[in-house]
Amino acid sequence: MAIIEVRGLRKAYGGKPAVDGVDFSVEEGEIFGILGPNGAGKTTTVECVEGLRIPDAGTVRVAGLDPVGDHLEVTQLLGAQLQESELQAKLTVREALELYSAFYPKPVDWRPLAGRLGLEEKLSTRFAKLSGGQKQRLFIALSLIGGPRVVVLDELTTGLDPRARRDTWRLIEEIRDSGVTVLLVTHFMEEAQRLCDRIAVIDRGKVAALDTPSGLIARSTASTVISFTPSEPLGDEELAALPKAASVGTQGGRIVINGTDETVNAVITLLARHRVTAHQLRVTEATLDDAFLDLTENDIDTTATAGQPDEAAAQPEERV
Amino acid sequence: MASASAAVLKTEARLMTREPGVLFWIIAFPTLLMVILGLIPGFDDADPDLGGRRVIDLYVPVAALLAVIMAGLQAMPPILIGYRERGILRRMSTTPVRPATLLTSQIILLGGGAFASAALVIAVGRIAFGVELPGNVVGYLLALVLATAGALAMGGLVCAIAPTQRAGQAIGSALFFPSMFTAGVWLPVQTMPDLLRDIVGYSPMGASSEALDAAMRGGWPHWVDLAVMALWAALLTAGAARWFRWE
Repeated sequence: MAIIEVRGLRKAYGGKPAVDGVDFSVEEGEIFGILGPNGAGKTTTVECVEGLRIPDAGTVRVAGLDPVGDHLEVTQLLGAQLQESELQAKLTVREALELYSAFYPKPVDWRPLAGRLGLEEKLSTRFAKLSGGQKQRLFIALSLIGGPRVVVLDELTTGLDPRARRDTWRLIEEIRDSGVTVLLVTHFMEEAQRLCDRIAVIDRGKVAALDTPSGLIARSTASTVISFTPSEPLGDEELAALPKAASVGTQGGRIVINGTDETVNAVITLLARHRVTAHQLRVTEATLDDAFLDLTENDIDTTATAGQPDEAAAQPEERV
Repeated sequence: MASASAAVLKTEARLMTREPGVLFWIIAFPTLLMVILGLIPGFDDADPDLGGRRVIDLYVPVAALLAVIMAGLQAMPPILIGYRERGILRRMSTTPVRPATLLTSQIILLGGGAFASAALVIAVGRIAFGVELPGNVVGYLLALVLATAGALAMGGLVCAIAPTQRAGQAIGSALFFPSMFTAGVWLPVQTMPDLLRDIVGYSPMGASSEALDAAMRGGWPHWVDLAVMALWAALLTAGAARWFRWE
């Protein structure tokens, strides 16, 4: 049985729908990702799962319980880490762990938990003095302290440096391996691809796709990326007419084509016909990033804020 | 969840001890102000215009009210708005403990702090300046409870309507100075001209000042003053509860 069931979820703010008919279910023991551009409705969706918001329509069930109606029961089996939430500035790590332990009927022992999360050196440090990574590790500890069956992690690694992010990923995998289901909200493609067993791509309040990371890439219309620097310019029309080409763009003299294996063959034929040499020809599998852009169909401005800016900028600038 | 509430109260108490500013303004400042005023030549002399009482006698209840105002309008809004702004209340909503527990703890601690400060004022007034202890202890306590309820409810209303910590401080200050004036910090209410005194008597702190003064002199606070205080406390509490946002 699914541990989280979301059916037909709708939630509007001031008449503007933030979540507009979302369905998904999370199986026990998996890392389930919710991926989407900023403002797509990811956080609103998980806030309904956490019981922090009352849905306008649809049903949400956590282990068969209603997060609003059965709020107390749900809080005992669901641990949450919220986007942009803090603790009292002068509260020490030890005090926070002790305090939150007192909130739950059957808390786990916080000492081994702090050890596992590398917080034992920081027990006497006040919250305000912790680094970003340490704060997030403390929030992971607090979300696990009640011995939950599910944890919801919302934008956990945003603002962390690459090392801290990778350390956090390892922790999330350990959480899953300990039998706790993880619902992970993120806008980092790499994170979703690396961690998630399944991903729901949410765009404009709806589920645009739901699959495994490799499934999402495979179903994208542009699963192969071809890039090269032509020795002589090639005609735009001929490039645009390539079979199965989802997009053609140029980047500093390099031509970047998103397409399929069929496109690759056509490109080679085209080059041979014009006797054009392709310097630094690269044919690569698309990443989740490419699949994401393909699925969410936003203009570049929106995706640039949604994904890692440098990666978004590395995408073809023109879409044909 | 009695143990959880106790844990929250204990933690908040511990955090308050780490805020020397809050402790100074609530606990130390009212007594300090009274001592400074008591050292002004003449404030220690019996004044026939005051029915043979001294100015310092009038300032003991004023200083007690000052502690109440500090707790409600200076200390409470930044703490609670900060808890809301920084998502601490929301974080708590995802646990089995209601975030209201945090508010209750703060009310208990700030109210308790104001009472401790009032006790310190009375003790120092007695020891340093020979100010008589309240003649009607029950009446005095009742007036102090109602005054504290009014000031904390006023602070609660500020927390409810101020969108940010900065706005809370601005609104808090806008209420802070009139509250100090009506409490009699610049001019004890009992020495105000009649018309002004009548008007001030309908403000929460003005009525509190009259009620405390009556109890100091050994009588019962006038029921009108108590009614004014209770009404203010009820209205302000209702407003705070009506408009308070958890996020």
